[in-house]
Amino acid sequence: MFWTVTESLLKGFGSTLELFALTLIFALPLGLIISFGSMSKIKPINWFVRTFVWIIRGTPLMLQLIIIFYVPGFVGMWAREQQTSNFIIEWLATWKVIDRFAAALISFVINYACYFSEIYRGGIESISKGQYEACHVLGMSKSQAFFHVVLLQVVKRIIPPMSNEIITLVKDTSLARIISVYEIIWSGESFIKSDGLLWPLFYTGVFFLIACGLLTIIFNRIEKKLSYFSV
Amino acid sequence: MAILEVNNLTKNFGSTKVLKGISFSLEEGKVLSIIGSSGSGKTTLLRCINGLETATTGKIAVNDKVVFDSNITDKNELKELKKNQQNIGLVFQQFNLFPQYTALGNVTLAMKLAAKKRPDYKHNKKAILEEIDATAKKFLDKVGLSDKLNNYPCELSGGQQQRVSIARALAMNPQILFFDEPTSALDPELTGEILKTIRQLAEDNMTMVIVTHEMNFAKDVSDEVIFMDDGVIAEHGSPEDVLVNPKNPRTQAFLNTYEK
Ligand SMILES: Nc1ncnc2c1ncn2[C@@H]1O[C@H](COP(=O)(O)OP(=O)(O)OP(=O)(O)O)[C@@H](O)[C@H]1O
Ligand SMILES: [Mg+2]
Repeated sequence: MFWTVTESLLKGFGSTLELFALTLIFALPLGLIISFGSMSKIKPINWFVRTFVWIIRGTPLMLQLIIIFYVPGFVGMWAREQQTSNFIIEWLATWKVIDRFAAALISFVINYACYFSEIYRGGIESISKGQYEACHVLGMSKSQAFFHVVLLQVVKRIIPPMSNEIITLVKDTSLARIISVYEIIWSGESFIKSDGLLWPLFYTGVFFLIACGLLTIIFNRIEKKLSYFSV
Repeated sequence: MAILEVNNLTKNFGSTKVLKGISFSLEEGKVLSIIGSSGSGKTTLLRCINGLETATTGKIAVNDKVVFDSNITDKNELKELKKNQQNIGLVFQQFNLFPQYTALGNVTLAMKLAAKKRPDYKHNKKAILEEIDATAKKFLDKVGLSDKLNNYPCELSGGQQQRVSIARALAMNPQILFFDEPTSALDPELTGEILKTIRQLAEDNMTMVIVTHEMNFAKDVSDEVIFMDDGVIAEHGSPEDVLVNPKNPRTQAFLNTYEK
């Protein structure tokens, strides 16, 4: 039985890891773009991005998951029922119910990109103006200053909050089951219904502990690597 | 020949007038000290000449090349002018060293980045980088830090950090070197080593402009002293004239606060 359960949980955990990894791959760079938007000197962009980030951070991820999963299908249905037609309605009419996993991924990417963007912004804004000015008087360009001087200092500053956020993401992936994305807790829970077994549920916790433990080790390594200088 | 000419420079921050018409010139090889009470505009003047701040009106020329002229409005032309500002070095009060680079790395970084643009960079990369390292070592040796080449800023004392930043500025081969209160962020017992370094530079005939609160130092290192008061030059002359026999009552009042 143990092996059956393990195999099943591994399958569920595969889906969990896939969601986790893909979210990181897309949300890490997207967050940087959003942070530039929220620091933009162009007022409308700045205002729009900050409002968007505020909404995403101020509402539950679970709500965002449900909305992103259901809204496209409803919009498409509504558009197809319209009598009048123009190109917008025609385009909306092509909207269909999206794939569960894709909906979960989109929600996670948007949500986490917004959280990451705030961390990036905090890190970038914490670098003293003096660093840029020193670069300027030494004849470096703005991009040289950013990539050769500022970036590594930002990385060092944001590693601790980033590691917290990323470890939270591992656990947050389990929320995807609200729109019926198969993941590890689901597969653990299914043994209660099918075999009356409770222990597989505890066993799922072990997977999370191992994943979070590994991440903690990785981030500690990075922090140690960057400990040769202080910012 | 004047190496620095500042003509009727003004600077407003919004509606506050910080510089109200500054004019002076400085001969090559001379040392000019700028003194004045807090808020009189010393830092702002330095920053305008350096291009860290854009002056509101006026004209600045370095080595007979205009670096700023408020009559020029063409953006590209202004950009061209700014290139001549490369000839001015600046040592900050807060050092502003790059924490993730060693002392040597701090001095070489800008040179190495600039070298990438050289047409022969690809072929001679190794030789070029070695040459840059050698240059940097020469300047670090000059400020007495040849034994700290591979130390990071966090491993150096404040005085040593400031000396690295002086070496870093010198390595750019500036025609004029500016200091903005180079000892103000240091413990009193560490100011001596910085002042000694600046004295050596003066002996080498480096043209320097030094904002300082160290009156005795200003007296014996400078060729000229400017006393700034509320955005104007209230007194300008030899150290004797300004620091020993000031004519302006404001200068006298300012110096009196230092007597005690
Ligand atoms: N970026 C800025 N925006 C608005 N006001 C500024 C700015 N920078 C400086 N000021 C103002 O300009 C005035 C002159 O400042 P500045 O730093 O040049 O004085 P300072 O002579 O260097 O003083 P200190 O001896 O304290 O360094 C001050 O009143 C200051 O508040
Ligand atoms: Mg100042």
